[in-house]
Amino acid sequence: MRFSGFKVIKEALMGHKGWGPQWRNPEPKSHYDIIIIGGGGHGLATAYYLAKEFGQKNIAVLEKGWIGGGNVGRNTTIIRSNYLLDGNEPFYEFSLKLWEGLEQDFNYNAMVSQRGILNLIHSDGQRDAFMRRGNGMILNGADAEYLTADQIRAENPFLNFDDARFPIKGGLAQRRGGTVRHDAVAWGYARGADQRGVDIIQNCEVTGLRIENGVCKGVETSRGFIGANKVGSCVAGSSSRIMAHANIRLPIESHVLQAFVSEGLKPTIPGVITFGAGHFYVSQSDKGGLVFGGDIDGYNTYAQRGNLPTVEDVCESGMAIMPMIGRSRMLRMWGGVMDMSMDGSPIIDKTHIDGLYFNGGWCYGGFKATPASGWCYAHLLAKDEPHKVATAYRLDRFKRGYMIDEKGMGAQPNLH
Amino acid sequence: MTQVNRLKGGLINHAKPLNFSFDGKSYVGCAGDTLASALLANNVRLMGRSFKYHRPRGPLTAGSEEPNAIVELRTGARQEPNTRATTAELFDGLVANSQNRWPSLAFDAMAINDRFSNFLTAGFYYKTFMWPAAFWEKVYEPIIRKAAGLGSLSMQDDPDAYDKGFLHCDLLIIGAGPTGLAAALTAGRAGANVILADEDYAIGGRLNAETFTLDDAPAPLWIASVLAELNSLPNVRTMSRTTVIGAFDHGVYGAVERVSDHLSTPAPDKPRQVFWRIYTKRSLLCAGAIERPIAFENNDRPGIMLASAIRSYANRWAATPARQIAIFTNNDDGHRTAADLIAKGVKVSAVIDPRTDAPISTNVEVLAGAQVIDTIGRLGVKQLTVQLADGSTRHVHCEALGVSGGWNPNVHISSHHRGRPEWDAQIAAFTPGKDGPQGLSVAGAATGIFSTAGALKSGMKSAVSALKDLDISAKPIKLPKAEDAPVNIKAFWHVNSGKGRAWLDQQNDVTVKDVKLAHQENFRSVEHLKRYTTLGMATDQGKTSNMGGLAIMAELAGKTIPEVGTTIFRPPYTPVSMGALGGRAVGKNFHPFRNSPSHKWATEQGAVFVEVGNWLRAQWFPKQGETHWRQSVDREVIATRKSVGICDVTTLGKIDVQGADAATFLNKVYCNGFAKLAVGKTRYGLMLREDGIVMDDGTAARLAEDHFVVTTTTANAVSVYRHMEFCRQCLWPDLDVQLISTTESWAQFAVAGPNARKLLQKIVDPKFDISNEAFPFMGCGAITVCGGLRSRLFRISFSGELAFEIAVPTRYGDALMRRMMEAGEEFDVVPYGTEALGVMRIEKGHAAGNELNGTCTALNLGMGRMVSKKKDSIGSTLSERTGLNEPDAWVQVGLKPVDPKNAVVAGSHLMNKTGEVSAKTDQGYITSAAYSPILQSSIGLGFLKDGGNRKGEIIRAVNPLKNQEVLLEVVSMHFYDPEGELLRA
Amino acid sequence: MIINHPILGPRDAAEFTYLGDASLLNRPDWQAADAADQFYEYLYLRDNPAGEHRELWYHEQGDRSWLVVTRNTLTHEISSVELASDVARAQGNKK
Repeated sequence: MRFSGFKVIKEALMGHKGWGPQWRNPEPKSHYDIIIIGGGGHGLATAYYLAKEFGQKNIAVLEKGWIGGGNVGRNTTIIRSNYLLDGNEPFYEFSLKLWEGLEQDFNYNAMVSQRGILNLIHSDGQRDAFMRRGNGMILNGADAEYLTADQIRAENPFLNFDDARFPIKGGLAQRRGGTVRHDAVAWGYARGADQRGVDIIQNCEVTGLRIENGVCKGVETSRGFIGANKVGSCVAGSSSRIMAHANIRLPIESHVLQAFVSEGLKPTIPGVITFGAGHFYVSQSDKGGLVFGGDIDGYNTYAQRGNLPTVEDVCESGMAIMPMIGRSRMLRMWGGVMDMSMDGSPIIDKTHIDGLYFNGGWCYGGFKATPASGWCYAHLLAKDEPHKVATAYRLDRFKRGYMIDEKGMGAQPNLH
Repeated sequence: MTQVNRLKGGLINHAKPLNFSFDGKSYVGCAGDTLASALLANNVRLMGRSFKYHRPRGPLTAGSEEPNAIVELRTGARQEPNTRATTAELFDGLVANSQNRWPSLAFDAMAINDRFSNFLTAGFYYKTFMWPAAFWEKVYEPIIRKAAGLGSLSMQDDPDAYDKGFLHCDLLIIGAGPTGLAAALTAGRAGANVILADEDYAIGGRLNAETFTLDDAPAPLWIASVLAELNSLPNVRTMSRTTVIGAFDHGVYGAVERVSDHLSTPAPDKPRQVFWRIYTKRSLLCAGAIERPIAFENNDRPGIMLASAIRSYANRWAATPARQIAIFTNNDDGHRTAADLIAKGVKVSAVIDPRTDAPISTNVEVLAGAQVIDTIGRLGVKQLTVQLADGSTRHVHCEALGVSGGWNPNVHISSHHRGRPEWDAQIAAFTPGKDGPQGLSVAGAATGIFSTAGALKSGMKSAVSALKDLDISAKPIKLPKAEDAPVNIKAFWHVNSGKGRAWLDQQNDVTVKDVKLAHQENFRSVEHLKRYTTLGMATDQGKTSNMGGLAIMAELAGKTIPEVGTTIFRPPYTPVSMGALGGRAVGKNFHPFRNSPSHKWATEQGAVFVEVGNWLRAQWFPKQGETHWRQSVDREVIATRKSVGICDVTTLGKIDVQGADAATFLNKVYCNGFAKLAVGKTRYGLMLREDGIVMDDGTAARLAEDHFVVTTTTANAVSVYRHMEFCRQCLWPDLDVQLISTTESWAQFAVAGPNARKLLQKIVDPKFDISNEAFPFMGCGAITVCGGLRSRLFRISFSGELAFEIAVPTRYGDALMRRMMEAGEEFDVVPYGTEALGVMRIEKGHAAGNELNGTCTALNLGMGRMVSKKKDSIGSTLSERTGLNEPDAWVQVGLKPVDPKNAVVAGSHLMNKTGEVSAKTDQGYITSAAYSPILQSSIGLGFLKDGGNRKGEIIRAVNPLKNQEVLLEVVSMHFYDPEGELLRA
Repeated sequence: MIINHPILGPRDAAEFTYLGDASLLNRPDWQAADAADQFYEYLYLRDNPAGEHRELWYHEQGDRSWLVVTRNTLTHEISSVELASDVARAQGNKK
């Protein structure tokens, strides 16, 4: 069934009887060509592209709970490709291009909204670094624009220009950045994958990996053993727990990032704004809520909740940069657990075990990467070689000294 | 006529009228009113519009769980969107306006959506608005965004102040109804430190809304006596207008006290609100219960309210929404509302109760086995269609309808640590699960104990048991005699009839049909249901709506409600103003200022300051007549290089390293050797991270065998010290070495230029010889200055000139600066700021923050050979990895424009002289750039592929952000005095 | 969170700076034949357990002690707090 305005009108007139399940609830088969562990955004995108772009027919996505319940269900919805390093920028630009055609591709309105993203600059050193970044973005085929403080003020008169502890000295804008209705991404990929024959199996927890003679034969699950030629882990946030079944230790720690939404407000903030002298970024959803966040709490955790010091730090930063939000109210706070990697960049690679593949380490940048991560992981799973924009995302890069460290923080995950 | 719906009695002050306005119309209420009770008293039931269909709405509740009656309170910069009229305290002169409607509340053009509701079902937007692709941002989304949202911000800075505070206690009691009061009294008498917090401005909870007696006296008398005793106990703090918003780890709770929201403006020097962090050993959740509605067709009209809310308005606020009211209830509690209304002289049309065994009344007609199947009255309910037990229908006239579907224990805070509530079939509701926050117990109605007597007892017992954990022995208190009615309910979630819409989530316009559609489309997990339909995602977090949605999903799935499960609540309990969470950290107070010792003096000189982390440093010192910063900076550089300049470098990190193993220790933390550094000498040191990347650079001066002074960059002062403590305590705990940060203990100044020594000789006490022979380049030592003041002198140079850094105890920094400036007058001494400092360090090719960016190695800095292979030091092993030693690795170089008129711009990327310009052909980038007044040219430093072997090559700097391309020559990074003769002079 | 400092008693976790897994105490021998591999594993690989986790916290806004805190990463419950220098000595870290 194709979605369209015409279909919506037709169904409204026919009593909405024609809407079917957006994806099925199949029983697991005993064997698949490819099993993806994790029904989050990346796992569902991988299955979708495997079926649609790489001709795979026999695929299952196994999800412990309900699909889209991980970070695709709890992020702050931002898409952008404003990366500094050549190991990252082409990948994220590929992702942004996929976002730009995604809704027509999978026939689901995920409300991809290219409202623009603006990184504020507060010091000369920051300006120099953002100039390097912006130039690198353009050289990689992305868009970037340097804005002066006056230009920023014209577009965002509500920012703190007159009483700032750290004055705004300029900003780097990416007009093609923006926001997406996050849940719809999971659902759109799920529906698209399901339509192409992918079995999406919810409430199916992977409890073990069956490895014989260095070859992965399938997965043990809460619903029994399921065989597979290839198994791909795609469970950022819980990567270490899944890979421990294969006795693989990862360059990853699990951390919580909190996110916040205000009560609904009439249009207030045009695009995405990040504060360069504190931990705060914000956008406004189509529904009117200010969606914002800051830094991770900073300690290892698997609990999807955080603590007050970070909450207050984020809100203090918010008040510092836009004091006009003082009388808006925070409606809800929540946390998402993420794979924080040792250089702040992700991993998409084979493991040393035949038939076992790994996708993780997305830190808090996983949402914007969803389409490209799915595509590149599908490429790897189908062809056994990395996609050209994901060649740097190797597991052995730390051993060999090829870190992709955007922030320059080294092997300390909570600083990335 | 005013206040036509005002009743007698209640807890308001009839003798104190308050004027207020709503949507421009003036009204009069009473002290003690909320905005909602005052409007109801004035016969105003229409207070808002729903989010999606813009349906006319009145209040559903009388509390903070209100989904409908939300307004813009106040005007100007204090305009406060989305304020619940049901909790906003009335004050004289209050101004409120309805929101999310145009042009007026009674006639809202956007209500056209209601006509098209059949097209605007759950998730319809995911299925359309996709063609043409560009139309989403250009056409559809702007329309949707304009229509969406609720209230609006003033877009002006919030003029009010907010505070933060910290409180500690043994027992935090959340909620001051009968349960909380009994608990507080029990714990208070036992001597425990107790905080009793309640969101309401009146202590007493539900008791204020009922006609119950305690020990045969009206409840308010009991409340007053308990409050009087609690207030007399020094160990009890009772906080009204204080909402506990969330449970965090290890007994930390957040709470917001609304200090001034009941006033037109905060009193002078008083904050609007205070955000409290409460640290408690045990906590007791006494948050009561929240009544839930029943879904039936057109159940959202103004005047249709929760039965308990109507009772609250009548009993507490002496206000009735109408003079003729009907009741629709599936439990005995709903009948109480009928009885109380009749006692107040309000006509009750009928009590409609779907239970065939509904209790009979002599005062009112009870329609047992009946259901409300529809209503009419667009701007206010006028008539009900009731299906009777025999299947026939009957119209019932009323202007308000009280609905009760039973009560949900207020489990909110108990699920903040993701604990799952458990189903209690007896009361047909979820109660707090066992995996709630550690140290939190739950009592009273919040656990499903709904009678007053039960609540009192539960509160008392829970307090005793919580304190027992803390070894505080609390004795049971004598509780007053109170009603003890059993719960009598038959689960009844929605009326199953008709084709119309029955609302679950009134704010977000989620109807029973939407839940059915979600089920049909396989959004069956409770989380999918919530996200697809937006059920429970409104500003009330679904306090009144979630249960109905779950029940319907359970019905459709053929499961029980506990099998379907429940979503959990997230902090905050009610929305919290950003102002309160920001506290005082606004404007210039966002971060503290660190001022250097010469700050006052520099201010007197008219210095321009720049933020460097939390430091403020003098950036340059403009002289009269200088109109551009470059004039000042060029002058400072030239004067320093020609004669002498002084710069406050106190902000650089200083670490004292002492102990017999001090040299051994430094030898391990620096990649270059320190073991053999002679006393009285200083050495440049490069510190690596364990991954082989440069962490920081600086100097270490050996003042004695067992005493070094280490300097760090300003930016890394804290992290380097932390790292050194890690090395000392965690890696080599038996080394005899102690560390202390002395950054703030010593004021330090760079004195640079050919006349630096001459100037200092006028300051340094004569017994110390600082001639080149006695105190050569890289010398150091403890000296005295100005006639006996202890001081440290280092002959180090960042500028490339003959230079010293001189340190005195911080409190003498200001005086030393003044004294040196005086002494330097004859040499035309200048103070120089961070800009001139930066120019001179680039002229000398010194790396700084822009180069030490956390990704560069010693090799990249052109210092690869400094990493000693003969010893173990942090980072030496991993610095040998292949990826960090590529043959064409970036190496720092100097860069100079071929045409001196062109500027070198930091952040430009480097490309070969000819050929493609792209990421693939990227050769590096410019890290730092400046105009050198000495070379009279723009110069820069940069990382260039294989830079060590490309001197003399012409390359391009591309800056596509500014559309610039400049030809550069690769030169030595030591632009100025490459042989270092000056600094050794 | 509150960390019960072995010397100073209960302190708000906000006074501390977090580093990570306490295995960072086990710095390898630079002269070992496979030192490169050992250092790689030491610095980069983590157990990252869901449950009990021994981890390093630094009392930055306090007495500058490094602590080994045993904390459950599912519940955040802290079961023990030790001075890192004591732990380091006990496991044989010396000079």
